[in-house]
Amino acid sequence: MLAMIRWVLWRELTVAMRTKSEVLTTLFFFVIVITLFPLGVGPETETLELIGPGILWVAALLASMLSLTRMFSEDYQDGTLEQMLVASQPLVIIVASKIFAHWMVSGLPLVIISPLLSLQLGLDMESTLILMLTLLIGTPILSLIGAVGAGLTLGVRGGGVLLSLLVLPLYIPVLIFGAGAVEAVRAGLEVEAHLSLLGAFLVLAMVLAPWGTAASLRISLD
Amino acid sequence: MAEFFAMGGHGFYIWSSYGVTFLFLAIEVFLLMRKKKTMMQRLARIARMNKK
Amino acid sequence: MQMLTKAFWLQLSTPKAFYPVAGTLAPCFMMLAVILCVIGLYIGFFVAPVDYQQGNSYRIMFIHVPAAWMGMFIYLVMCAYATIGLIWNTRLSSMMASALAPTGALFTFIALWSGAFWGKPTWGTYWVWDARLTSFLILLFLYIGYMSLQAAIDDQQKAAKASALLALVGVVNIPIIYFSVKWWNTLHQGMSVTVTDAPTMAPSMAWSMFIMAFAFWMYAIGIALMRVRTIILERERHAAWVQDLGNKGANHG
Repeated sequence: MLAMIRWVLWRELTVAMRTKSEVLTTLFFFVIVITLFPLGVGPETETLELIGPGILWVAALLASMLSLTRMFSEDYQDGTLEQMLVASQPLVIIVASKIFAHWMVSGLPLVIISPLLSLQLGLDMESTLILMLTLLIGTPILSLIGAVGAGLTLGVRGGGVLLSLLVLPLYIPVLIFGAGAVEAVRAGLEVEAHLSLLGAFLVLAMVLAPWGTAASLRISLD
Repeated sequence: MAEFFAMGGHGFYIWSSYGVTFLFLAIEVFLLMRKKKTMMQRLARIARMNKK
Repeated sequence: MQMLTKAFWLQLSTPKAFYPVAGTLAPCFMMLAVILCVIGLYIGFFVAPVDYQQGNSYRIMFIHVPAAWMGMFIYLVMCAYATIGLIWNTRLSSMMASALAPTGALFTFIALWSGAFWGKPTWGTYWVWDARLTSFLILLFLYIGYMSLQAAIDDQQKAAKASALLALVGVVNIPIIYFSVKWWNTLHQGMSVTVTDAPTMAPSMAWSMFIMAFAFWMYAIGIALMRVRTIILERERHAAWVQDLGNKGANHG
């Protein structure tokens, strides 16, 4: 079982490292979207500070969604996914490893680069740290929920746009509590409630989403 | 009569809500009836083709 | 006897047997809906008094509240049908789930629309980011996602299964989304208008609202039966009995 997880992770990460484009596209998308906001609403520091947490979180949602379509599509096209379905290892484990790999490629880079953008938007150090923490807890949830949508839209025409339609409404709680935590810090309030709720969402998504994704893949490849 | 439709100054809000509601419900019924009709026609056409 | 009733229901749950039954029942439900609607609106407009706070604008409530109830209720019923279809692989339940979705979306939209037109005279704006309004907007998005997924997949069986799974994911998420939005709204209370419930309602107002809710309910059943008939014809078009229907039509026309 462990060997299987290690094999899936190694495979996904080497593919990502070899092409590099996936990591970089997601990252640049994140940076560009955030750069557009000051240009759109004006450079006043007060405004930017006020909407900063929201912008960062919305950009993170969109960026992580952007790479979802590729989570299964390549394996689907070259037939690896069919093999995974009939493999001796349970599909849920394989799917969970794939989701984890997706997060490492598309979620983790966002967490790492977020302090730069956060300081650029005029947030202070404490808010920036909390932002990083919420992104660290929140982005895996995005990958987990997104995986179900990616499985459902596999091989569907216009899959990318459809996927965003299915997945974005389900991202709302993560957005509310992720951005809410940063706003709470700025207002000098306790953030523990936000963080523990995000943690609870993560646990719930970790338990349910791999099963849902496995079921959706079975339906799509039927 | 005019007083009834004016609804004490709120006529615009009331009648636009009611209007849209019943218009949309009527459109839904109309579309379904039309769809049923075209489907039956299509089935009949296929049946005629098979006979020939 | 028990065996016989069970056999009867199993028989009825095949699309072939259900098609004519739905055809006779749908107009009955539609007639009921029209009658109830006339009664409800008569009470609502001619018996119910003018509200001393809101004037006449509260009369939007007679369609707004029932439409909102139906929007939520249909989503739950749709999910129940979808789940049954997914687990036991019964074709008719999947068809019923698909038949309900557009009507549920329509009622959700009506609830939002009439809510906006009720909000303008009451709070002074068409839209506030109130917890309930926002949740309803998200519910509309969930309906649209369900219908889009179903429309995008060509294989009907696969479309039914995939959208059923999506409906299930949605139903798990609805309480979480509602709770989050509510919490978010209380955090930002200073920025928005608080929406309080209507104070005491005159009995005639409550009666009108309940009768209208029944009317919408009957309409939903009637329209779902009408739509399920077209869905049956579409998904079973290769079945012999559907082609017989076509033969009859060919002889008539």
